[in-house]
Amino acid sequence: MKIKTLADLKKVKADVQKKIKLREQSENAGNVVQVKVAMATCGIASGAKETMSFIIDELDFRGIDAVITQTGCMGYCYAEPTIEVTLPGKEPVVYGYVDKDKARQIIDEYIVKGELVDGIIPVNYKTIDE
Amino acid sequence: MKELSLHILDIVQNAITAQSDLIEVVVDENEKTDTYTITINDNGKGMDEEMIKKVTDPFFTSRTTRKVGVGISLFKQNAEQAGGHFSIDSKIGEGTKVRAVFQLSNIDRPIMGDIAGTMTLLIGANPDIRFIYTHKTGMGDFELDTKQVLEELEGVPISHPDILRSLKELITENLDMIAAKIT
Repeated sequence: MKIKTLADLKKVKADVQKKIKLREQSENAGNVVQVKVAMATCGIASGAKETMSFIIDELDFRGIDAVITQTGCMGYCYAEPTIEVTLPGKEPVVYGYVDKDKARQIIDEYIVKGELVDGIIPVNYKTIDE
Repeated sequence: MKELSLHILDIVQNAITAQSDLIEVVVDENEKTDTYTITINDNGKGMDEEMIKKVTDPFFTSRTTRKVGVGISLFKQNAEQAGGHFSIDSKIGEGTKVRAVFQLSNIDRPIMGDIAGTMTLLIGANPDIRFIYTHKTGMGDFELDTKQVLEELEGVPISHPDILRSLKELITENLDMIAAKIT
């Protein structure tokens, strides 16, 4: 069925409601992954829009509960598109040069297994003194 | 940036930074006047006269993370290269209107590109902002108001990927019906 009007959207709504209920009952409730995609001029010009669309679809396809939002420029314009990933209970990690392939690798290895992937930008590292 | 929809994505980010909760995007394709006009209106914090003069300078930005700000400059340059013009109206506390006019038939006018994907990405990432997207052609007008969408959804989050995919399809189908010049 093609969605052409807001009335058509109502039918999709019912399906989504069911999905949300199922997820709320699952064990993963509350364990939400946060992804922020840098979406300033530098990010957009480097393909941040495609990266973000891909992450939204891929995480949904794998049934991973996530909040995907946009953020501004962190000053790493040379490494755009950049994304910041926060796993539940962990410090945020920033990755650079995130095209679709890199995004898939980050989902496969970091988001799913918790193993860090090459290409981290040390934005929020802490020294031993802190 | 090769697509006008990417400029829209970029300028809307400015509106979001300006703390707007209503952002209107209007695309007007006018064959009679041979113009392709993009207007982005917001109700954010606005700018004073001095700042309006400075924002088209690529070496001005309000950011502290870098020293250049080329978003508006590039949009302006693209409009002027395609036989058009560019303007910004803004008032402190009221909002900002950015308008880029392109010559519709100009060979240097970039294509609109994936406007459906751009709008749904913006809507999904900013569910608390009301977006009104209007696209006018000689064959009719299409309008999508997220306030109406939220009413239809009755509490189901607009940022859910299934809803966003449906919205993208809705936009694509409707733009097709009014024969919007996307590519």
